Amino acid sequence: MSLAQDPRAMAEMDLGIGPDEVLTTPVPQKTPKSPRSGLIHGLLSNSKSVAGLIILALFIAVALLAPIISPGDPMLIQGFGAEPPSAAHLFGTTAKGQDVLALNLWGARSSLFVGFIVGVAATFVGLLVGLASAYFGRGLDNLLSLVTNVFLLLPGLPLLVILAAFLPQGMGTVIIVLVITGWAGSARVLRSQALSIRGKDFVAAAQVTGERGLRIMFREILPNMASIVMSTFIACVIFGIGAQAGLEFLGLGDMSTISWGTNLYWASNDGALLTSAWWVFIPPGAAIALVAFALALVNYGVDETTNPRLRRPRGRVHAAAPTPVTASPKGQDR
Amino acid sequence: MGFILRRLGFYIAAFWVSITLNFILPRLMPGDPVSRMVARLQGEIRPEQVDALRRSFGLDDSPVLVQYWHYLAKLFSGDMGFSISRFPTPVTTVISGQIGWTLLLGFSALIIAVIIGNTLGILAAWRRGGFLDSVLPPILVFLGSFPYFWLAMGLLWLFGITLGWFPLRHAFEAGTSPQLSLAFIGDVAYHLVLPATSIVLVSIGGWLLGMRNTMIATNAEDYIVMAEAKGLRSNRIMLRYAARNAMLPAVTAFGMSLGFIVGGALLTEVVFAYPGVGYQLLQAVQALDYPLMQGLFLTITAAVLLANFAVDIVYVRLDPRVRAN
Repeated sequence: MSLAQDPRAMAEMDLGIGPDEVLTTPVPQKTPKSPRSGLIHGLLSNSKSVAGLIILALFIAVALLAPIISPGDPMLIQGFGAEPPSAAHLFGTTAKGQDVLALNLWGARSSLFVGFIVGVAATFVGLLVGLASAYFGRGLDNLLSLVTNVFLLLPGLPLLVILAAFLPQGMGTVIIVLVITGWAGSARVLRSQALSIRGKDFVAAAQVTGERGLRIMFREILPNMASIVMSTFIACVIFGIGAQAGLEFLGLGDMSTISWGTNLYWASNDGALLTSAWWVFIPPGAAIALVAFALALVNYGVDETTNPRLRRPRGRVHAAAPTPVTASPKGQDR
Repeated sequence: MGFILRRLGFYIAAFWVSITLNFILPRLMPGDPVSRMVARLQGEIRPEQVDALRRSFGLDDSPVLVQYWHYLAKLFSGDMGFSISRFPTPVTTVISGQIGWTLLLGFSALIIAVIIGNTLGILAAWRRGGFLDSVLPPILVFLGSFPYFWLAMGLLWLFGITLGWFPLRHAFEAGTSPQLSLAFIGDVAYHLVLPATSIVLVSIGGWLLGMRNTMIATNAEDYIVMAEAKGLRSNRIMLRYAARNAMLPAVTAFGMSLGFIVGGALLTEVVFAYPGVGYQLLQAVQALDYPLMQGLFLTITAAVLLANFAVDIVYVRLDPRVRAN
């Protein structure tokens, strides 16, 4: 888990806020269009996020079509051991004689699936904790913040290793362990955003009209933080994919399935480094990096659509010059 | 002072959570850890080891709360039990021999990454849209997307195996023993280059972007315009006015990445067989050495908490607003 893949560290740095400061990201104003469709429109007109989405779509397609592109069990021995790339084996073979391309095509399935599920689950837990903290405040907020901060502080990777060592092996364990170690970062970011929306007049108005707490949390506050939920989700997916690969590289994940992490584990165990079989260990790492990079690009898109201050000025601008706010076409202004 | 005390209370709570986690985990496991170890290490385990194990886990028939009490009492007398894989070495001895290497690797990598990353971030934000600002962030974000153990493998393969410039594993040459001599220190530094570089490469992007984004916010402040209006030199405004005020989030991030260096260098240590606590933790897991695993986890946590507490104290010095509250 690198710093960049660790949502606990990244979430804070991306936003450039201290722990106790309230987020100052502009909250999307209510426009006739719902904020979410505006976000999607913004993402599709941002070149970075479009590039990211295309890469992601390719990987997802590969993962879904793996049985068609490369039929048969990828674990089977297809040729001689440690062959460099050739026409028969585009990415060469492992020391055991398995086809590297097939292993990584199939590996995409488990890696992307675990990453996605961890992303959804960790964001969801973080969202529940964040919204409850912000809405109910006082005692509950203190308690939840304490728990969140404790989990943020516990060193993630050793905790992952310890949990994985004590719990029975399997994909379920991997997912649970990753959610346990990954939810706190999103909870903190979402709480501070929810807190700033909680103080807005329309929430007070909703309370006065007698709306129930759950409805205010999910129908009034949540839609206004769609963009930050999105970027938290992306950070969690990046974390999930990277941390799963790390766990499996250590031989602590679900070793019965094929994933990019297990491919790296076997590459390292079979001495791919010492025998200079670079074609064995480069593809899984490159795949993880490409997916993480694509997700980061989408995240930039989210940031730049929702925070005009981060939009890149045309040409060189002096630091102290005010950021020009370009008039945007109707329907897109937010 | 109130702030410091509150933080102290928080760290004590955090430590209590990790102690309790350590107590609960072996009991959540299907079957108890001792019988699992005995089953796995058939014949290799001696009866007195089984006894020591049972005692070190406090696994007897007393109620859980009593077991918990005994566990706490033992822990606070500095007794973490015995390592199984290195029986009968006490866990504390094993750990104290290794934490130093982790701190060395982690701190040198962190300090280098923080200095380079933040400097580049300051420059990138000061000349927005300039060369640094448009070229570096994408490259570093791309580098940061790589799993850092994979980057470590790549460096090891390229510079260690193919080119043969740097040693492949361990913290110092086999056959030498730690001593205070220039030759030995040079050897340690030589062995440190690849592991530290792999961590620096991956983490530098986070520092750059964090600093850049905060700086951009700071640059829009009125006091920057004021400083310009006064005709101060550009460098002075950049460093003394903008960067200084943009530094605080970086200090917090520094505290958080201390957790990363003590625990997170685990994978790097594994790739380079670097004799730190992370590498030891993996070996303990593989050998089913539960007492050592728990001891390592507690030590790592304690180190992280202490480091964060130190950062809090520094923070109070740096940010007068914290003192005022």
